Parts: sequence; structure tokens; C-alpha cells
Amino acid sequence: MIFENKTIEEVDVWVNAGHVDDFPEDGGSNILYEGEQIAIFKFSTLNKWFATQNLCPHKKQMILSRGMLGTEGETPKVACPYHKKTFSLETGENLNGCEDTIQTYPVKVENDTVFVGLYEKK
Amino acid sequence: MTKIVIVGNGMVSYKLCEKLVEKKSAASITVIGEEPRPAYDRVHLSAYFEDANADKLSMASRDWYSENGIELVTSEKVSHIDRDNKQVTTHNNSTYSYDYLVLATGSAAFVPPIKGVDKKGVFVYRTIEDLEMMMAYGKKVSSAAVLGGGLLGLEAAKAALDMNLKTSVVEFAPRLMPRQLDEVGGELLKSKMEDLGVEILLGKATSQIAGDDSMTGMDFSDDTSLDVEMLIISAGIRPRDELGKEAGLEVAERGGFVVNSLMQTNDPEIFAIGECASYENMIYGLVAPGYDMAEVVAEQIANENKEYKFEGFDMSTKLKLIGVDVASFGDPFCDNVPHSPISIADQQAGVYKRLNISEDGKKLLGGILIGDADDYNMLHQMYINEMALPPHPVDLIAKGSGEGGAAIGVDALPDTAQVCSCENVSKGDICCSIQDDGVTDINGIKKATKAGTGCGGCLPMVNNILEDTLKKMGATIRKEICEHFEYTRQELFDLIKVNEIKTYDELLAKYGKGAGCETCKPAVASLLASIWNELILNQATIQDTNDRFLANIQKGGSYSVVPRIPGGEITPDKLIVIGEVAKEFDLYTKITGGQRIDLFGATLNDLPLIWERLINAGFESGHAYGKSLRTVKSCVGSTWCRFGLHDSVGFAIEIENRYKGLRSPHKLKGGVSGCIRECAEARGKDFGVIATEKGWNLYVGGNGGANPKHAVLLAGDISKEEVVRYLDRYLMFYIKTAEPLQRTAPWQEKLEGGIDYLKQVIVEDSLGIGQQLEDDMEILIANYSCEWKEAINNPKIRKRFAHFSNTDQDDPNQKFKRERGQRFPVAW
Repeated sequence: MIFENKTIEEVDVWVNAGHVDDFPEDGGSNILYEGEQIAIFKFSTLNKWFATQNLCPHKKQMILSRGMLGTEGETPKVACPYHKKTFSLETGENLNGCEDTIQTYPVKVENDTVFVGLYEKK
Repeated sequence: MTKIVIVGNGMVSYKLCEKLVEKKSAASITVIGEEPRPAYDRVHLSAYFEDANADKLSMASRDWYSENGIELVTSEKVSHIDRDNKQVTTHNNSTYSYDYLVLATGSAAFVPPIKGVDKKGVFVYRTIEDLEMMMAYGKKVSSAAVLGGGLLGLEAAKAALDMNLKTSVVEFAPRLMPRQLDEVGGELLKSKMEDLGVEILLGKATSQIAGDDSMTGMDFSDDTSLDVEMLIISAGIRPRDELGKEAGLEVAERGGFVVNSLMQTNDPEIFAIGECASYENMIYGLVAPGYDMAEVVAEQIANENKEYKFEGFDMSTKLKLIGVDVASFGDPFCDNVPHSPISIADQQAGVYKRLNISEDGKKLLGGILIGDADDYNMLHQMYINEMALPPHPVDLIAKGSGEGGAAIGVDALPDTAQVCSCENVSKGDICCSIQDDGVTDINGIKKATKAGTGCGGCLPMVNNILEDTLKKMGATIRKEICEHFEYTRQELFDLIKVNEIKTYDELLAKYGKGAGCETCKPAVASLLASIWNELILNQATIQDTNDRFLANIQKGGSYSVVPRIPGGEITPDKLIVIGEVAKEFDLYTKITGGQRIDLFGATLNDLPLIWERLINAGFESGHAYGKSLRTVKSCVGSTWCRFGLHDSVGFAIEIENRYKGLRSPHKLKGGVSGCIRECAEARGKDFGVIATEKGWNLYVGGNGGANPKHAVLLAGDISKEEVVRYLDRYLMFYIKTAEPLQRTAPWQEKLEGGIDYLKQVIVEDSLGIGQQLEDDMEILIANYSCEWKEAINNPKIRKRFAHFSNTDQDDPNQKFKRERGQRFPVAW
């Protein structure tokens, strides 16, 4: 990974991920940035945006952007389309198993453009 | 009040505090730890590498200790025990007096006496502080070696990989995890590690660490060497027993305070628990036995109960190493024990399983699972409880992926079976909380019994016990769809229909709560499609993945495409088009079991282009992706066959076109045979029609899959028109009343009265709903349109078929190889 977890203040680069309308309602889309695949989710029902790594750690498939969004209690989550492993969109934790935690990234929307915050590993 | 002093503040020390609090012990407790922070989860230390978040590993906060009246002293080391005056002194010269002293000092990493081991760049893997130093050093170098190929060593290798270092593992023994795995297992694990980019050096004795001030490499006794800038030592543990000798406490030959089954040292007022205790000359390097020891001490202190004893511990383990399942239980080798081994090794899938069966074939002695440890819990239980084996024990490990599963259910487990070893919870405990305390979900069980709150490995089994017990209680389990809807599928069906609800969001707003999930979204999507048959892509993100992209998702994020070929009849021209499309897009082609042609390996981007070509040639979607009617298979029938009684092909085409795209609780297949020879295998389908001298026989409820069922006769010797009318009614009745993902056979079997009741409803119209069912079906048929066509003609929808939204590139991680002249995905 060329990125590692840090706080929002430490974001090195805000990557333009596209126009808000490029994203399906309550769905995800995938972007490529410097070889990394990043899944960005427009969680319309909660009126929130999330971003995670696109790789599902279970069978190592680049697929999470095609996952289904939902909640478990108060926790927003994405379900991998392959075997329905679910991950918290807030912490990246695997909610229904013991898979590795996935990377999450901050997202911001300015003038209808979606940005995802990445941190370059120094 | 009894004064208790606990020396050490690790996981086992915390567990003892927790047990004492739980048992409401009226003691004053002081915990003295030399690390700066309260107890944390050392088992999951490598998680710290991912996010350097110490809080996540914390077992309890400082507040927890103070709230429970426990004095917590950190960053202080006990340096002296005065047994006569019953007090301990720390290196700061503070003194604490005790009535009972509990030593929970744990262990330190064992550092072998290798020349140069004190050079810069050599680390041990034990505490958060060790990790912090390693992470700082790891940023300055590019390679690391791990000394020790055991459990912890492989964890450390993952940590080094996470730091982006070129990683090697150096092991003295001729294989990895020599204490848990046999030769074949070790070899498989080695190749899996190598796939991940870890170099594995076996049979290597390190003679010295090279370098001047900082290390630059390792020299081995076979005169080879390794250039490496950093070394993580993980060669085992050494109990922290230095307080022992000076205080006159007996210490075992290989280290550790000698304890009896009450965890008492030779001073009955001083206990030792966890990795610093030596019980029958054994040091237990796992957390679960430490917890057990804590319980033994808590019982004596809180309840003065000396009956609860430590009796050794089963060292079976299951863990996930760098994404590879590894488990071993019982005696994995049976080196000097007569046994008959059964093993399965699938190099390509990276799976190795071994079972050691007793000579009389009656019980399980132990085993090893690598690459797929799903059945660990069940096998472990069979071993512990000495349960009888099935007639073919190989069935326990030889299952296809996905469907099937271990041949023994939780029902067979005795109540005494220990399900959660971390918290020592038995199956009986779990059943009690369900039967007596009215617990109905996993969270409730966690709260009531603590099962599953430790490592979490037992949760799948806890869930099975929960379902099994609820079912047995005969409590009408209301099959509410999920936490977001307090309704059954059938209730939702009625609500949608009566209130004319057309979207998921509307249903959620009116009758649901939260934001939905992967269970209720596809279930409601299926209901909406079954009731209104509108274009499913208008609400694409509530569709299960295959429906969302109108193709079957396969390995590597690729898709397979199946054009509809009603009845299996196809013209040469159309065959040629399929061939051309497959050639152009380099698709693997295969004839399916249902007389269709499957085209595999399409990228998301190519799907609309492929469909466009197929549609222009007159094809439609075959709905191979949907919970919908997929195929109606046929034999050649009277047109060609000398036995055929009627035109089975023509009738199959007619039926398939009638119900094509029909959404249902599960996939549907049909078949039409021209005579009782049944070349279409129609009775293996959800509905089967077989020609007779006088007309047709209609069979229903046949299923393939994991639990195959033959279809049963619904009506005999009827006309084509009657077949269609009954089929309309049957399918619609199934759609309206089945559970989500329930196939026709189990649905039909669970109907009260079974097939006789179905005959009354469908054929005799005993409920008077026949006409309504037929009308509902007519609406669906009238609303049919080909989903592929809509997707390619609607630019907005078409745009969704791209792997990336910011570039046209294909997924660079998708990998293929060529075999037998065709393109195959690379195995995951």
C-alpha cells in the first residue's frame, strides 16, 4: 500500500473522484489513482460519503465498489458481492467474520465534486 | 478485607480482575504492571501494524479499574517479595502488603545466545513498545528477517510485509510451524507464504549476526548467509520467573513457577497464572489456558472453592496467518500412535486437510487444516467429545466449496461440549440462555454467556446452535427479513401490493427502519420484480450483484454471459454469432447443463458491447444471473425421435418464452420430455412436463443442487392449455408464499398437507384464487422486456458498466492464463 491510516488533518492529497452525479444512489464507484483502486460510496439514505480500499481481503478480489450498502445497528457497512462479508464503512472492521480490517479514507464534497483524501507514505 | 496483589498486567491478569469483579469478591485488589499502559490484547498485536492504534487493542481502560475499585499501578516493576512479612517492593521502593499474591508476570521473548545479537536492528516481538521501535527502524531499511517459523514468527513476518520490507523467515527445523504441522502441511504453508512474497529458509542454524554497529546480515552454520538489515526474533518464549529464586519459590527446569492444579506455588498464598506458570512441566503459550487458570484462582479467592481445578489444556489452534487459514487440533502427527490417516491435498486450491483416525475407525485423534479451516470447530468438537465418526470419515473434509459442509450437525454435540474455549462456555450454557432466558440472537448470547467475545472463532458454531435450538423449541420463529423490516417476506409482498409500492426507498420509509442491508435489499428487489416486473435496473443498487450487472460475477471480477436459447433450439447462424463474439472478446465458452452456451471472462466494460452484438443477432438475456426462470430444457421429441409422443421442443420454447425473466424467490428451471424416457430430465426441474399417450403429465418441485429432489406429479394426462394454466397458478403461488431464497422443493415440502394440498389449491382451486393467480401472471408476462436491451439503449445505465469511473482502463488486477486453447482465470 502506498497509503497508510492517518487523521484527516494529515491528508496529503485530495484526489478528484468525479461529479456527485457520477455515483449511483446508495451505491459505489471505483477509481484508479497511482495504481491503487479506491471504492467510493454515495450513501444517499444516510446522506454521507465513504471511501475504502477496493480489495476485499477475503478472496483478494477488486470488488468492494460493487458491494451493497446497508447498516448494522447504527454502523454503515458495505457487503462484498462475492461472499457477503460486511465491513464497517467507518472503521473498516469486518463485521461478520475475522477478515482483515480494510483501509478507509475521508471524503469531502465541494461544488458537487467528490474528493477522496489520501496520505502518501513518506 | 482480603488484600490481593497481582503482579503483571497482561491479558491473564486482566481476566483475573474481571472474574473477581464478576464474582463480587470482597477483596481489595492492587495490580502492578511494568508496562506504561493497562492490559492489552497481545494476541492481536500484529493488528497494531495496520493502524498503530493502541486503543483498539486495549482490554480495559484505566477508568474500568478505578470504577471497580481496583488500584492500578503502571510503569512499576516488582523487584522483591518478602514472604515473611507478606509484602512486595517495587524498583521505586514502594511497598504493598498482601494476603494473597498472584504472579502473572507472563513471559519474555526467548533470545538465543547468538553472537552479535545485541547489534542495532535486532528486535523481539512482544510488546507495543517493541513494535514501535521496530516500526521506526523499519522505515530506514528495506529488508527484514524473522528468526523462527512458528506461529508468532509468521505473525511477525506479516508485520514486516506490512512495513513494505523484503521479508525472509529463518527456521531451524526442516518445516514451518514444526509443532503444529506435518511435512505436507508445512510445505503447503511454505508455498503460500512464498506466493505472498516471503522468502522461507528452512533448516538454518544462525551462527552469528554480521555487521559492525548495525546488523547487515546473518551467517548460518552451513556457511551460507543472508544479507538483511533488520532481524525480528521470535524463537519462543521464556517465562518471567526472576522473582522466584530469590523469594524461595520453586522454579521448573525449563523455567516458570511450579504450580499445582490450584495454581499455588510452593507457598500456598502465592499463585502463579498464565505464561509464567509451569504446570506439570508445561508452559502454556496461549491465552485460553491462562484464562482458565485465572478462573481457578478467582474461585478460591472469591468463593473459597478449591474444587475447581486446572487440568491441563487442549492446545488446538485455529488462526489466520496473512490471510491463510491454519488449524491443528488434538494430536496432529500421531507419530508413535497407531492410527489411520486420511488426507486431502489440493495444491492448486492451496488446501491441505489431514485427519488422524483411531485404529478401530471410531474416533478422531487429531488433524491439520490449511487453506480452508471452516470445519475446524466441528472437527475439534468431535475430537474433544470423542464423538462417533460417520461411516465415511473422508466426508468430513472432502466437500466442494460452497454447498455441502461437514457431515455432522451441531445437534450431535453433547451439552458438555465446550464451544467457546476462551471463555469456557459449553453448548449446554448456550442452549440454556436460549431456552430459559429467552435469548434469541447472537448479541444476546454474547451478553448472557460471554461466548464468542474472546477470539470470536466459535461464532459460526454458536450461530448454528442458536438456530438449531430455536427450531427445536418449535417456537414459531417469525421469519422477519432482517433488522430493518419487522415483517416476513409474505407480509411484505402484501404490503407492497396493497399499497402499490414501487420502490425500495418508499417501502423502507413506510415500513422499515435504518438504511437497509444486503439481506433485505435483494429480497425486496425480488418482490418488486415479482409484483410489477418493471426494469430492475431502475433500482440497480438494491439488486444482488448478478442482477445489478445483468451477468454472473465470476473470479477476478469477470462476468459470464448466457444468451437465451429457448428450449435449446438454435439456428446455425446464431451459433456462428455466439462463436464470433466469443472470439472477439476472448471468452471461454462452455455448454451448460441446461442446454445454453456460457461465455466466461467478460470484463465489466465489455458487457454492453457483447450484449449489443448478441441483441443485434436476435438474442435476448438468458437471465442466468437472476432469481428467475432460467431455462426450459427439452429433448428432441416427436419431430425427430422414434419414441417421441409429442413436440417437446415446440412446447418447451412456448413455455420458456412465456415465463422468461419471471422473478421468483429462487432460480427456476423447467424441462419438457417427449416421452417417459425423460431425455430432458424434466423431473429434476422445478417444473417438468412429460408427454403421455393422452396428453402431458405435469410434475412440480424437482431440484438439483445440494439437496436433489425428484419432482412429483401434480396433474396427469392433461392438455397443453391445462399445463399452462396450472403452471401459471403454481409458479405464482410459489412466488407469493415462499421464503426468500427458498427453492420449490423445500417450499412444497413445508406446506401443510404437501402435494395433496397443492393439488387442491392448483387443480381444484379450493381457495378460489386460481383466476387471481392467472391474472397476476398475465400482468407479469405483459410487462416483460429484455434487460440487456434496456441497459445498452439507456446511456445513463450503460455508463455504470465501467470498472473505474475516472478512467476507461480495465482492472489491472484481473489475471488470466490459457489452457486447452481457452482463457481461464488465475485461481484466488
